[in-house]
Amino acid sequence: MTMTAPQFEAGADTAVQRDKWIHMYRQMVSIRLFEEQVNELYTRALMPGLAHLYSGEEAVAVGICEALRIDDYITSTHRGHGHCLAKGASPDRMFAELLGKEAGYCRGKGGSMHIADPATGNLGANAIVGGSVGIATGAAFAAKKLGTDRVAVCFFGEGALGQGSLYEVMNLAQLWKLPVIYVCENNLYNEYTHYTETTAGDVLSRATAFGIEAASVNGQDVRAVYGIASRFVERARRGEGPGFLQCNTYRYTGHHVGDINREYYRSKAEEQLWKAERDPIKIFSDWLLAQGHAEASLLKEIQDEIRTGMEAAVKFAIESPYPSVDEVEKHVYA
Amino acid sequence: MPESAIRELTFAQAVREALAEEMRRDSSVCIIGEDVAEAGTPFKVLSGLVEEFGSERVVDTPISEAGFTGLGVGAAMTGLRPVVDIMFGDFITLTMDQMVNQAAKIHYMSGGHWKVPMVMRTTLGATRRSAAQHSQSLHAWFSHVPGLKVVLPSTPYDAKGLLKTAIRDENPVVFFEDKMMYKLKGPVPDDDYTIPLGVAEVKRAGDDITLVATSSMVQIALGAATLLEHEGISAEVVDPRTSWPLDEKTLIESAKKTSRVIVLDEGYGRYGVTSELAAVIAEGAFYDLDAPVKRMGAMHVPIPFSPPLEDVTVPTEQTVSEAARQMCNKG
Repeated sequence: MTMTAPQFEAGADTAVQRDKWIHMYRQMVSIRLFEEQVNELYTRALMPGLAHLYSGEEAVAVGICEALRIDDYITSTHRGHGHCLAKGASPDRMFAELLGKEAGYCRGKGGSMHIADPATGNLGANAIVGGSVGIATGAAFAAKKLGTDRVAVCFFGEGALGQGSLYEVMNLAQLWKLPVIYVCENNLYNEYTHYTETTAGDVLSRATAFGIEAASVNGQDVRAVYGIASRFVERARRGEGPGFLQCNTYRYTGHHVGDINREYYRSKAEEQLWKAERDPIKIFSDWLLAQGHAEASLLKEIQDEIRTGMEAAVKFAIESPYPSVDEVEKHVYA
Repeated sequence: MPESAIRELTFAQAVREALAEEMRRDSSVCIIGEDVAEAGTPFKVLSGLVEEFGSERVVDTPISEAGFTGLGVGAAMTGLRPVVDIMFGDFITLTMDQMVNQAAKIHYMSGGHWKVPMVMRTTLGATRRSAAQHSQSLHAWFSHVPGLKVVLPSTPYDAKGLLKTAIRDENPVVFFEDKMMYKLKGPVPDDDYTIPLGVAEVKRAGDDITLVATSSMVQIALGAATLLEHEGISAEVVDPRTSWPLDEKTLIESAKKTSRVIVLDEGYGRYGVTSELAAVIAEGAFYDLDAPVKRMGAMHVPIPFSPPLEDVTVPTEQTVSEAARQMCNKG
């Protein structure tokens, strides 16, 4: 399969302030440290159920969401913590949701796979693979009909390429020139199966067949993701129609926190290679240092501050009360 | 209300009038579906709407039921009130993930933060010689799912009043129209009346037996009640009008009054709407019943094409009146 190199021109760098880069660094570190805490909560048996960690893919969520406004929409996936945080969610209410507590974003009723937040335009994470493609496209449809200039981003993994509804809505989006960006996070694995065993033909051709502008980008390079996402988002906002962006990335851990023994579907050497040579935070921090945008001490300071914040957020969630049992029948109907 | 304000409209005209009034009242209401604009659907229910409201609000789609239903869910969450048109009820199979896993659950899963004020209009009913994939009555499936409401209008009056309520509801509502009833005429006021969801109506009062009937079966039950009247059996016809929310109280009160009940619904009885209604009545009126509650619905077969075969698959005035006669020991 041919993977087109990103067509992002480096000129955009000058248009972005240093503060923006530092903010993006903070967001990426937040996602990484959030997921470390999630794994810890699971390991200590403090978290009900499971979680699907986003570690390794941070540059995708941050690069995309930094190209959006707060009132733009996203839909997320079962592996959605990174998207929610990148769109502006607070770690304390997210941890509370993961623990099923009343203070959570969904009053504990959604859990890890269903975090939603109208205040940040988060239409919700979705536990059906490809389940939110219609919702994101519908949000773009409403934005167009209501005459707002909002854009919707639909995050999905490459596993969703097997779902027919994706192709139905891409057809609708291009017919009606809807402001929606389909972001395919290709982390190489549909659960426990390499995507080449499940995916015939070419990925981008699926979108270009509809006439949708499509590109592949190195999903470990936040600047590349941000650059091309900005171009796609502005194009959609101008009314020029949908985009399809394949972000090539890697899932550091298993399909979920309990997927420990993975050698039957991928090697430890492969995992080590990605972590050692293609880590999105390391790639970005190396660039920040080389460009003189930050000193090593500043990055360390940011990490420490975020780690302290995450510990406090976890403590908040653990100490928060569960919803009262009479909550069970509330919100079935509006 | 002045006498002149009540006209005789067909069921199809009543549906169209409800849509037109709601679209005039609220600019966020739009129609999305296959051949809903110039074609006005194969049943011509929507004829004239695109001329008044334009193709921006009466939106023709590709043949992609899952796609445009999902689009309707997202649009409903973000400021529109879409009425999604699924031409034949059989095609709801293609929309199940969008309705069951998405629309029905979003309000609850989000802790009450997002809402899905969307209507799905679709059809039910056999005997149109349309064979197995265009004749089913599958409303039980949606009635089973928390988060959805299911409306089963049986007259032009009810169709208009219930559809207006459904469009104003903040939840996903599935509105099933009997495709054989589109030409049925009845009195319909031209004013802005609505009918609440979850309120049954006694369509005909009686003392000896209750016929609980939904949608297409209400006219059958009323016809059967007329036949029974000639034989001295007084049948009450109760129409729940919505399978969820369900007006259990009215059903139970009627059962207690007459002590005999037949439940009629054109869906399959097995794990179906008749099963639920019969259970509600059995639980609520057991000590007042003189006979077990009887269920009548579609036979457990795919709907056959051949007319003599198709006709025996659904209850008729004759089969219902015969069953009632036997239950009243006058067979």
